[in-house]
Amino acid sequence: MSSVGKPSAERSPFNNTSFQKKTRSKLISIPGTRPSVQNGQLLVSTGVTSLDYLLGGGLAVGTVLLIEEDRYDSYSRMILKYFLAEGVVCRHELYVAAAQDNPDDILQELPAPILDDVALHKPPEQPRLSCEPQDGLDAMKIAWRYQNLPKVQTALASSSRFGHYYDVSKTMEPEIRQAAKCHRFYLPEHPTQSSPTHSTMLESYSALLKSLQEVISREGFDVAAPMSNSRNILRIGLHSLGSALWGDDLCCHDNPKNGRALTTFLYGLRALLRTSLSVAVITLPSHLIQDRALMGSITRLCDNAIALESFKGSERETNPLYKDYHGLLHVRQVPHLNCLASKLPDHKDLAFKLKRKQFSIERLHLPPDLSDTVSRVSRGELAGATTVASACGSGSSGNKHLDF
Amino acid sequence: MYTELNSILNTTPDSFTQGEFVLLSDRESDASFLIHHFLSLYLRARCKVCFLGLVQSFNHYSAISQRLGVSLAQAKEKGQLVFLEGQKESLSVLIPQETDTGSPAMDFLRDPAVGLKSLYEFVRSAVSSSGIGEGEADGAEEWGPPVLLVDDLSVLLSLGLSAGAVMDFSHYCRAIVCSLLQGNVVMLVRCDGEGEEDEGDDEGSERLMKGLTHQCSLTLHVQGLPTGYCRDIHGQVEVCWRRRQGDGQCTQKKLFQYKVHDKGASFFAPGTSSAVL
Repeated sequence: MSSVGKPSAERSPFNNTSFQKKTRSKLISIPGTRPSVQNGQLLVSTGVTSLDYLLGGGLAVGTVLLIEEDRYDSYSRMILKYFLAEGVVCRHELYVAAAQDNPDDILQELPAPILDDVALHKPPEQPRLSCEPQDGLDAMKIAWRYQNLPKVQTALASSSRFGHYYDVSKTMEPEIRQAAKCHRFYLPEHPTQSSPTHSTMLESYSALLKSLQEVISREGFDVAAPMSNSRNILRIGLHSLGSALWGDDLCCHDNPKNGRALTTFLYGLRALLRTSLSVAVITLPSHLIQDRALMGSITRLCDNAIALESFKGSERETNPLYKDYHGLLHVRQVPHLNCLASKLPDHKDLAFKLKRKQFSIERLHLPPDLSDTVSRVSRGELAGATTVASACGSGSSGNKHLDF
Repeated sequence: MYTELNSILNTTPDSFTQGEFVLLSDRESDASFLIHHFLSLYLRARCKVCFLGLVQSFNHYSAISQRLGVSLAQAKEKGQLVFLEGQKESLSVLIPQETDTGSPAMDFLRDPAVGLKSLYEFVRSAVSSSGIGEGEADGAEEWGPPVLLVDDLSVLLSLGLSAGAVMDFSHYCRAIVCSLLQGNVVMLVRCDGEGEEDEGDDEGSERLMKGLTHQCSLTLHVQGLPTGYCRDIHGQVEVCWRRRQGDGQCTQKKLFQYKVHDKGASFFAPGTSSAVL
């Protein structure tokens, strides 16, 4: 992302979005980001390394990731917490907005980062000391073969890795969390004011958009802001947008009166993000929205979109075919930013599992059915699950099974 | 500009039918790669282009057009391209500031019930000043017939406008660009789902698509493959010519499969993809 390195005098009046092609100017590197190998976009990690891989290396700065919540909002909330925890570890700034829970509660539940096995491949703070005599304390006399290996580090400051691992059984230490700057937006604390225009956006969304713009311009995340040596990324987490607590009746009625409030907000949010160094993750209770066409237009207004479908509470929880996984993950949309082709995932049938130290997303791999009585019922159910692919036409699930 | 698509549509930058209304549509797919084809085609044909880029930033189109061999920044400087960056203009309307700057083109966001009149006025002023009335001493360049490109119309539905208002807008644009000025109009409409669930509502992308399909002279409909997801073949394009000849309408349909690369898209007859053969 070259715009960060260019002095403002050279910048042409058209190049004021956060997507820039890499040119020969020098790059100011922001900790916790890396350029994409495909199109040179600046990427940040979502906190879940397998999700990074799915999105093409990471989440591009200036884009929106939409997560369609699972039924009980357990795993989508977990991914949101991973995202915010990654921001704390990378020293990014956070912005959390919620209508249901206090953002402070969400921040207190962030998982603890695992720092013991952080090993840098090329430790930048350990220069090659092959020709210099070492200090007496550092030199190893017996295990001299291990002399030049990187030291195990426990400090957070020199972490230059992309993507970390978290232990979900522990919460983050308050000292680490308070080191990160965090902006909060808790809807009940904001007095609603009637907007002077008759726009379709609700007051809650207008207030949120206005607050976001204020934070972005005040803290200097604007791409057009004067260049300073330290640029940072703003990570925005919006919890459960579209739910009734935001004042939206999208999830309550079949024909919502404010059907276009959320889509107008998403349009404005994307416009805001494209001109700033920020990245947003939104969770949406899509299982409550009846109108599929509306869900389609919401998905198109976000750049990346995934949907989580957990097995909790459904009959698949006890199905032996799914015993290794906690749910299915559907990739609804992958963006193509500044290029024609997008990196589509190789496989559309993915499943996820939340382990203690990792949230893993794998290709749904069914073990061979080696039981004596092969039951055809389970296979029929499975066919319905794997044809939920967005790029193909409507594949009928073919639940007919022939029983002789 | 994709050479295979040019041969399918029998268009070249030097010769193309004028007065055409091309409708690009997709269902659960992404037809925006076709917009870049038409943008680079008409810029190379030295037409005066008015582009309403409502969903992406100028840099996005500029970067892609660079790979297709056309420089949008240069065209904008020379006056060949009039670009409306919808997202940027919309911010000043959605977040009301004390000092209201910005063109009135996106004013429909203030009150969607008013309709798209201000957007139409923007288009009209852009295509009407086609270099004739400039009268500069250094000689303003004469451009060809005006072309209007819209990416995309469905986002207007998402912003609160009714399908009727969007169809009125497209009708007005067609009247002034195709009939009056003998230019071309290319519009992109996106919809999803099976498309038979019109609950009698006024707002529906299905209604918009049916209305626009009736008005247009050439449609390119992009869909996913009916057999499922494939990494090497990204989908199929159905090209339909709706020409009025003599007493009746003659419609001709052709089906192609396509794959989008970094620098273009390739079109081939169904079943002849290089991945399969």
